[in-house]
Amino acid sequence: MALAFSKKEREALLDPLFNNNPIALQMLGICSALAVTTKLDKAIVMAVSLTLVCAFSNLAVSLIRDYVPTNIRIIIQLTIIASLVIITDQILKAFVPAISKQLSVFVGLIITNCIVMGRAEGFAMQNPPWVSFLDGIGNGLGYSIILILAGFFRELLGSGKVWNYPVLKLVTEGGWYNPNGLMVMAPGALFLVGLFIWALRTWKPDQVEDE
Amino acid sequence: MAEHYLNLAIKSICVENMALAFFLGMCSFMACSKKVETAIGLGFAVIFVLAMTVPINNLMYNYLLREGAMTWISPSMAEVDLSFLSFLSFIGTIAAATQLVEMALDKFMPKLYTALGVFLPLIAVNCAILGAALFMQQRDYTLGESVVFGVGSGIGWLLAIVALAAIREKMRYSNIPAGLRGLGMAFILTGLMAMGFMVFSGIQL
Repeated sequence: MALAFSKKEREALLDPLFNNNPIALQMLGICSALAVTTKLDKAIVMAVSLTLVCAFSNLAVSLIRDYVPTNIRIIIQLTIIASLVIITDQILKAFVPAISKQLSVFVGLIITNCIVMGRAEGFAMQNPPWVSFLDGIGNGLGYSIILILAGFFRELLGSGKVWNYPVLKLVTEGGWYNPNGLMVMAPGALFLVGLFIWALRTWKPDQVEDE
Repeated sequence: MAEHYLNLAIKSICVENMALAFFLGMCSFMACSKKVETAIGLGFAVIFVLAMTVPINNLMYNYLLREGAMTWISPSMAEVDLSFLSFLSFIGTIAAATQLVEMALDKFMPKLYTALGVFLPLIAVNCAILGAALFMQQRDYTLGESVVFGVGSGIGWLLAIVALAAIREKMRYSNIPAGLRGLGMAFILTGLMAMGFMVFSGIQL
């Protein structure tokens, strides 16, 4: 499969995973990463929706990039993204109504997720459709990795469960684990993401910022 | 009446701080908080956009979108409910206002314009702006309330980003582990600031 892609296409797809991660390095899409990661299933549904929206908005923006006057490009990009998000919202409501209800506001907030807008503005406006599409998927996956990790640890440490299945037996149910309430609240998410970035940069020292 | 507005202002600045209590507008919050100067510029741009868009969206919601809102055009439209369009129209207003700010800055303050870079167009997708519009819709604010709320949340966001920028400027002199430098430390600092701002939730208004 990998042979079917040229070097540039492979880079567009794989670089955002660790080398140029949207959350850890480009500082995009942080808001929702903090808000939806209290549970793993929510995080995964959110990650999949965002990846699809990002890929297709990149494709659409790239297709019309030569015909858009620069002064009104933001409105046009937002209209494309908003329409895609409405479609995603309808699909989620139809097929996973329970999770869609829990996510409610945050599916709508994909519109204001900086990854989608940032990649449309920063990549798709200058590149042909197919590479932009791959770049969208790659950035979506990079976002997904952080979201899934954060969702896993916050659910495990905050309520002793993984995917709603009890793993650590809680004190309240006669077990031994005393859940860490800070993990469920927002500061916990900030600390966790901060620690992830530390781990990632220890592994890839070239991403270290010099201040 | 004035007391009511004052309460709302304090609530939107401190108790329900957009950045630290709801975690909205985080992306530009992290990326533009390296220097106090940039932070102040972006903060004022956000206040301006919020003060413009929340009241406009309020008018649009109350006179065009909500159920029965178009009765003023003709009584036969009393049953029209366009509230499903609120998302698209809110974001449209916000995008137009941002584009105006961008053109004005480019013309009158080119230095600030280059310093803010890609994050200026990104104000349009700053969750704080859309979040404020949605809170306004959810809590049914009147026009006067939405002006106070818009300006108040903007000031709260400015306070938060300037505080973080000031801490980060000082942090430059401390010896932080290499991997934690920059963004990693900013996250942990924001977490601590958020815990600090939790005290405001005890204020009775």
